[in-house]
Amino acid sequence: MSDSIVSLQGVFKKFGRNTVVRDMNLEILEGEFLTLLGPSGCGKTTTLRMIAGFEETSAGTITVQGESVENKEPYQRDVNTVFQNYALFPHMTVFNNVAYGLTIRKVPKAEIASRVADMIDLVQLKGYEDRKPDELSGGQKQRVAIARALINNPKVLLLDEPLGALDLKLRKQMQVELKRLQKRLGITFVYVTHDQEEALTMSDRIAVMREGVVDQLGTPSDIYDYPRTRFVAGFIGESNLFEGTVEQIQERVMTVRTEAGSLLVQGEGFAVDERIHVSIRPEYVEFAKEPVEGFDIQGRIKDFIYMGTVVKTAVDLKSGQEIKYSRFEQDQSVQSGDIVYLSWKPSRAVAIKRGTEVEERYEEEK
Amino acid sequence: MAMTRRAKKKKSFKILADFYAILIYAVFYIPVVVMMVFSFNDQRNNYYWAGFTTKWYGELFNNHALTDSLWYSVVIAILATLISVTIGTIGALGLRKFEFKGRRFINQMLYIPIIVPEIVLAVAILVVFMTVGVRLGMGSILIGHCTFCIPYAVVTIKGRISGDDNSMEEASMDLGANRLQTFFRVTLPSIMPGVMSAAFLSFTLSIDDVVMSNMLAGAKQSTLPVLILSMSRSGVTPDANALTTLMVLIIVIAMVLNNYVKRAYKKRRKKEVNL
Amino acid sequence: MKKKNRLPALAMAGPVSVWMILFVTIPMFFIIFISFMSRGIFGDVVYDPSMESYLTLLDSTYFNVISKSLKVAAFTTLACLGLGYPFAYYIAKRPKDQAAKYITLIMIPFWTNTLMRLNSWLLLFQTSGPVNNFLQNSGITDAPVRFVYTDELVALGMVTSMLPFAVLPMYSSIEKLNKSLLEASADLGADARTTFQKITLPLTFPGIFSAIILVFIPSLGVYTVPDMLGGGKVLYIGNIIKNQFGMIRNWPLGAALSCLLIAITGLLIFLYTRFTSIEEMEVV
Repeated sequence: MSDSIVSLQGVFKKFGRNTVVRDMNLEILEGEFLTLLGPSGCGKTTTLRMIAGFEETSAGTITVQGESVENKEPYQRDVNTVFQNYALFPHMTVFNNVAYGLTIRKVPKAEIASRVADMIDLVQLKGYEDRKPDELSGGQKQRVAIARALINNPKVLLLDEPLGALDLKLRKQMQVELKRLQKRLGITFVYVTHDQEEALTMSDRIAVMREGVVDQLGTPSDIYDYPRTRFVAGFIGESNLFEGTVEQIQERVMTVRTEAGSLLVQGEGFAVDERIHVSIRPEYVEFAKEPVEGFDIQGRIKDFIYMGTVVKTAVDLKSGQEIKYSRFEQDQSVQSGDIVYLSWKPSRAVAIKRGTEVEERYEEEK
Repeated sequence: MAMTRRAKKKKSFKILADFYAILIYAVFYIPVVVMMVFSFNDQRNNYYWAGFTTKWYGELFNNHALTDSLWYSVVIAILATLISVTIGTIGALGLRKFEFKGRRFINQMLYIPIIVPEIVLAVAILVVFMTVGVRLGMGSILIGHCTFCIPYAVVTIKGRISGDDNSMEEASMDLGANRLQTFFRVTLPSIMPGVMSAAFLSFTLSIDDVVMSNMLAGAKQSTLPVLILSMSRSGVTPDANALTTLMVLIIVIAMVLNNYVKRAYKKRRKKEVNL
Repeated sequence: MKKKNRLPALAMAGPVSVWMILFVTIPMFFIIFISFMSRGIFGDVVYDPSMESYLTLLDSTYFNVISKSLKVAAFTTLACLGLGYPFAYYIAKRPKDQAAKYITLIMIPFWTNTLMRLNSWLLLFQTSGPVNNFLQNSGITDAPVRFVYTDELVALGMVTSMLPFAVLPMYSSIEKLNKSLLEASADLGADARTTFQKITLPLTFPGIFSAIILVFIPSLGVYTVPDMLGGGKVLYIGNIIKNQFGMIRNWPLGAALSCLLIAITGLLIFLYTRFTSIEEMEVV
């Protein structure tokens, strides 16, 4: 692992006056499963399409295996794509769809037959070779699309929201299958999705994108546990956010004064009197009937929301803010209307710097 | 920003494509422009350009052969439009919403006037009329025109009806409207754009028709296109150009006005919504 | 179970059904019937079954007219496909609202009387018309070139008046073509030409076939274009049919020629329905 196979350097993409991707720098490593995650319009699909060659970069360079691809047409690039709505050729059978890439390259008939058979085996579609795409279910079409894209033995497989059209259950199943397939083949997958859960489940690394910029690049646990921006904290999972001023710092633990009261958070690189944001996941929030040392966040329990696996409790703070904490079971010791004091282990909370470029833009948009 | 080689190639191809499209449009518009220009020609048979005049626009009203046939054509076109759109609208609804024996057959019959050469349909109707003893005249031309206008009307309107879905009508009847009220208050307004384009299509097809009019006309009076065809041997005179130019202008002005009213109406509605 | 109320269905589908049966079904059957009857002395029909009319069609005079008409119609169709496909493709690749405007721009000339537009070609190309004036003034030719009443001018008139009927159905099938299919093809290694042959062409074939039907069949029966631009000297099937019911009067012969056109139409429609439904055809 770990040589860069696709590299984006200073890539911009403009449609008219609209900048969709700005100054993107990304190294995609050989054999990894990298996900571009972000809300619609963040430029993730455009990035993928620039790597595939369907869109041209407005500035910057993209290299695949160290070679610049600007002047290569899509059909000259060693990458293949699984399209959002499969894009299966409706006038061809499953066999001919999968064989397409080989037919174009004029591979001998016998070799085509055996390679297509292998590929159809791999995606478990034996017996469906002679069907036309409109005689297949969504999941089956998906498998054909994957088989078709893999037949050329691409160095990199690009997947554009490939599971978006499937129902929840099938999507979960395909996530696992795709991940296994990738492990087995050892091909680099670049996966585009807006579904954070999907990204966390499948990826080796995730690039969280917003407004054409990568906010954070890291492993799923990095991104979940240590979001670098408020956007990442809010987009991946659920977060309670506070804004306040650092009052004192003691061995990396900072006391932060917020409108809701003071709280503790662990962090490095901050100074006394600096304005910061603090993010804490609902599952790490603790509650007690008495104040805990270092915290004086008091609130009134509003209601309990049953979510299946967990029960969420909404707490109204005196600042007017609403905080949520979650537990596997509803705690019978408290009822709605009760006053509780909230706290957490300082290492579980994340301090987010203000004034970085991405944060400032986020501020402006709000 | 510097263009890649790919971008340059694409751009030069685009220029070529634009040029081609302009060329094709030119082929469509040259005859119209020439027709208009020669309506100002000071030469009785339009054999050559003899200088600019507007006299034909005055004189065409003294050419009774021309004005009579124009009048005849307009009356037929209006009647054909009314009949075709009425039968076509309820027919399209009936063929779409009801299942009955022979529906498939009628659907196929509708495509015959659209696809079979018009001359074949015209002589077929003529032969039946002659055999039965129908007198040729405005009535026979009108029937002929309706026979090809109705299918176009049905096809145009059918495209506007939302599938076999009856939920809108069911909602209306659920709220207490009877079938007739439902038709006029719900069904008809929902397909109105289709009805309007069917009417426009019927009118243009009828007023432009030569073949049917030629075969089914009586001895006394012919339609404008038939007159023009008969003039062509000795040269179509500039007053016909002048008349056609006026007709085109009227249609264009009507379309522009129609668009303008529609847009103003939409704007007002938007304002109301925003309030 | 309650008996279904048939009245609404009857009231709505009734008029159109009756009209179609009276003025399409019956006349079409009658003309087929007449083609198998004999001709009376005055050109009227004698109800005496015979194949005489069909045998007459094999005479060299009629046979030549038929083959010439077929040739002209085939040429018109090919020209319309060749010129129209790239044009339709060009429009289909515009953004949606722009494409609608481009389509309207094709329709507008059709609000002008068809015969007057045909007449314009005569005005342009006549002996002392603008084209000849230009050719002589610029010294390309010394004497006026004779364009009027030539087969070439008839062909020009045919192609220009039929072209929109080829463009529209092809446009709508190209427009329906999913762009990602072309990208998928390129992604899998096909260059532009291969993609066109393997994906674009097969998937837009229904549109192409509609165009063939909507151009070839009317071209075969048309007589206004040859009348206007051919000076009525060259006869096509349409002229012959018309004449059998006018001055010359031979109903069975005219009926037989009509049946020939019906048969050709039927054959093309049959082929068309092999791969798609007739109701899919874009006719307006």
